[in-house]
Amino acid sequence: MKITVNGKRINTDVVTAFQLRNQIGNEDDIVIFNGYQIEEDKKLVENDTLSIITKGAMVNSDELESMLMARHTPNVHKKIKKGKVAIAGLGGLGSNIAIMLARTGIGEVLLVDFDIVEPSNLNRQCYNISHLGMPKTEALKQQIKEINPYIEVQIKTVKVTIDNVYELFNGYDIICEAFDKPEAKSTLVNVALEEMDDVKIVAASGMAGYGSSNIIKTINPMKRLYVCGDLQSEAKIGQGLMAPRVNICAGHQANMILRLLLGINDI
Amino acid sequence: MRVNGTDIKLDEDINLYDFLVNNNYDITKIAVEHNSNIVPKIEYRNIMLKNNDTLEIVSFVGGG
Repeated sequence: MKITVNGKRINTDVVTAFQLRNQIGNEDDIVIFNGYQIEEDKKLVENDTLSIITKGAMVNSDELESMLMARHTPNVHKKIKKGKVAIAGLGGLGSNIAIMLARTGIGEVLLVDFDIVEPSNLNRQCYNISHLGMPKTEALKQQIKEINPYIEVQIKTVKVTIDNVYELFNGYDIICEAFDKPEAKSTLVNVALEEMDDVKIVAASGMAGYGSSNIIKTINPMKRLYVCGDLQSEAKIGQGLMAPRVNICAGHQANMILRLLLGINDI
Repeated sequence: MRVNGTDIKLDEDINLYDFLVNNNYDITKIAVEHNSNIVPKIEYRNIMLKNNDTLEIVSFVGGG
């Protein structure tokens, strides 16, 4: 039968996953079977996908991509790999969403932000002290390359205005609205929905403070607009933005983006 | 008229802009769909609301 092992199609008459592991490597190797790390032996069938990984060993670059893909559900991964997503704003939401999508194996991501990394960003945004003073676009691109070098990362270090929305985001399937200011959120959502017929927008509203995690949700109030958050907890004096709720909201956005890439439009 | 899923009765002819302002919406922080079409902000004053219309108003609060 034909199966895929470490990214290569092979013909084999081996019956089980562990027999294959013992043939290729040794008993201590990790076996990822159709995206799941198995502890018990499984019978192989036509078109199964396996990765046999030796713990602690550095892999060749030609095997790395298949290893990075090993935990992805095989047919799901093919669709995500075709995905093109633009992220507008690389703060607490956008930086964390970009990293999650990178780990998911998205094909192409556009990162848009005009700002540089400041010390006050480190309370919730995905940057380190070594990134201070760097444009957020470059700091994030650097990190994505360290997580998955096979993702195509485009960057545009500019401020999004009413006049450049089309020029910046045309050609992307999904725009992730991850700004801080409500006026900027409103502008992007309005202009993108008016000027771009097919684009879907995944926006955010309400994730400040430390209120219950459970009121953060995803809604679909308009045909091509999804909004994540609790819709009320605004960042203001006495109610700052904190990593846990910002990340919960970012997780909602990233998962909705993932669902849309897989052709699932409901929340 | 149906607004964000709730039925309300319009007592007089009113344009979208005045309706939003009267109901304390901040025009700079919202997006509005009127009968399933996104309404450009410059059109708010030109849309006359009727009792069988559907409005979806999304308000954004700060933070990200």
